[in-house]
Amino acid sequence: MVDFKDKSEVKFSEAAQKEIERYISHYPADRKKSAVLPVLHIAQAEFGGWVSPAVQDKVAEILGIEPIEVYEVATFYTMFNLKPVGNYVLEVCRTGPCMLRGSDQLIEHIENRIGCKVGETSPDGMFTLKTVECLAACGMGPMLQIHEDYHENLDPEKVDKLLEDLRNKAAVKQSN
Amino acid sequence: MGLKILTEHINVPGIETYETYRKMGGYRSVEKALKTMTPDEVVEEVKKSGLRGRGGAGFPTGMKWSFLAKPEGKPRYLVCNADESEPGTFKDRVLMEKIPHALIEGMITSSFALGARTSYIYIRGELMFVLRILEKAIAEAYANGMLGENILGSGYSLDLHVHPGGGAYICGEETALLESLEGKRGNPRNKPPFPAVWGLYGSPTVVNNVESIATVPWIVNNTGDEYAKIGVGRSTGTKLISAGGHLNKPGVYEIELGLPVEEFLYSDEYCGGIWKGRKFKAVVAGGSSVPILPAELFLKTAEGVPRVMTYESLSEGGFVSGTMLGSGGFIAMDDTTCVVRNTWNFARFYHHESCGQCSPCREGTGWMEKVLHRLEHGHGSMHDIDLLVSISKQIEGNTICPLGDAAAWPVASAVRHFREEFEWHVRNPQEATKPGAVFNKSEAVLA
Ligand SMILES: Cc1cc2nc3c(=O)[nH]c(=O)nc-3n(C[C@H](O)[C@H](O)[C@H](O)COP(=O)(O)O)c2cc1C
Ligand code: SF4
Ligand code: FES
Repeated sequence: MVDFKDKSEVKFSEAAQKEIERYISHYPADRKKSAVLPVLHIAQAEFGGWVSPAVQDKVAEILGIEPIEVYEVATFYTMFNLKPVGNYVLEVCRTGPCMLRGSDQLIEHIENRIGCKVGETSPDGMFTLKTVECLAACGMGPMLQIHEDYHENLDPEKVDKLLEDLRNKAAVKQSN
Repeated sequence: MGLKILTEHINVPGIETYETYRKMGGYRSVEKALKTMTPDEVVEEVKKSGLRGRGGAGFPTGMKWSFLAKPEGKPRYLVCNADESEPGTFKDRVLMEKIPHALIEGMITSSFALGARTSYIYIRGELMFVLRILEKAIAEAYANGMLGENILGSGYSLDLHVHPGGGAYICGEETALLESLEGKRGNPRNKPPFPAVWGLYGSPTVVNNVESIATVPWIVNNTGDEYAKIGVGRSTGTKLISAGGHLNKPGVYEIELGLPVEEFLYSDEYCGGIWKGRKFKAVVAGGSSVPILPAELFLKTAEGVPRVMTYESLSEGGFVSGTMLGSGGFIAMDDTTCVVRNTWNFARFYHHESCGQCSPCREGTGWMEKVLHRLEHGHGSMHDIDLLVSISKQIEGNTICPLGDAAAWPVASAVRHFREEFEWHVRNPQEATKPGAVFNKSEAVLA
């Protein structure tokens, strides 16, 4: 789990810094605050899938705004995780059109497979399970998102395969 | 096969690249507009086309453009609404993912018409993979002189950027979107002033849906009059429909407005009928915000007139027996669908997505969700059914933005058309809470 004592410990990689600069350049010079959502996304991807208070403070510093201006944004938008998460965050769409095509059953199946409920992280720390609202994939439901990837037209077998692949991927990462 | 304006080349291999898109005739509207037309002439063509906003409200695009204020010394902005979060809708995403240049071409031609020098595409943050596709395509457009300084030697310059949201349906509402683009919480603004006067950073701004903007190139290339010949009456042109739910062939279909609903639902060119050989029970025809209709009232109006896919035909009968075309999110339900459960699911969505600024919406959506949860889980009373109607009436029209109405209509219409099913849940709580249990009208009448 990535965490920091305070913002002085938060160091973005060079690639991330470049990406942040690129976003900031998209807005008028006196409107740097506009970059808060893109920069929070970059920060979340950079520091273990969540934005800790120290990370949010760092974002405020980069954009030259008050920390509270970042907190109020980070808490409003559901994509930002305010608590530590597992290696993989499974975000399953639970909205009507996906429900019609079996998302309730899919969620239950995943809970059983990874051994935790919606909103929790699996005991092995591998998966965090979240439900989310419509992800603009209704015709391809049921579906879920893992980080940037969409996985669509799911059924129990496909999900099992997906979870296994992720476990293997994590094992390879660890042994390297 | 109906005419395809937006999706004609969607399956051409490599169409996501500048080279192939250009080979298929892409970016001609930029050449034509920037080299041979004035901005006002472009606006005039869009007005003549009768194009209506494809984001849901159906407001005429040309008219919206002509309202844009042009004060001295202030920049003007075009912001594309690619937030696409209305349950049932996934057309913008498919269009951007497959033919990113269609939107970029539309953004350039439209920005020229409006006199914008910097434009933004606000895309929902979950679609980060689509954002990357768009950014790649934008880089190609810059490299080929379609964006940046002095485009095609016309003297017109434009910068185009993509901005990710953070996961909030309300940011699809145009003033919430602008707040969000300014780096704030997505709280809708009080109107007036409208964005045409006070939009992004306090400057005059037009917000348009992806599909609306992607249609502009065809109008510029072929004239507004030609576009207006497609479709029926005030529903001109083609429309992307996101077809989902219990269909044999879910997907995104481009239809000519005026297509008979029966053909859309049953023909193999489109949805291919209800899946698993089941019966058609109900439909939400234009995204989760529009009233639900039972199958009979969708196929034919209360007067027995077969409906067609137009703004007017779908709303025939008003709220008593009609619905709306909305964003074109078509959600079909077969006869195993529990309307109470579905209504509860949507109520939960609106409660979750309410920004919380106005009490009728914040409290009302939560209350409706609670009551529907109770009904669906076998603890409801007959009084609860009327309570739902009464709450929905207290929300409707009493809020800052239309999310309140959008939350109220699905509930009010479900009770209006499926009251017996709600009552069955109250009378038979044990039966109704069994997994997969569904109210069956004919059996209920016998019982
Ligand atoms: C709660 C709410 C959500 C909305 N979501 C979207 C959306 O995801 N995409 C969209 O284009 N318009 C959405 N709209 C409509 C926009 O406010 C606006 O009318 C539209 O973007 C204008 O573009 P158009 O005229 O081209 O349709 C939404 C409106 C409301 C009230
Ligand atoms: S109607 Fe609902 S979503 Fe819209 S401003 Fe009011 S509280 Fe927010
Ligand atoms: S309802 Fe699941 S993606 Fe739309």
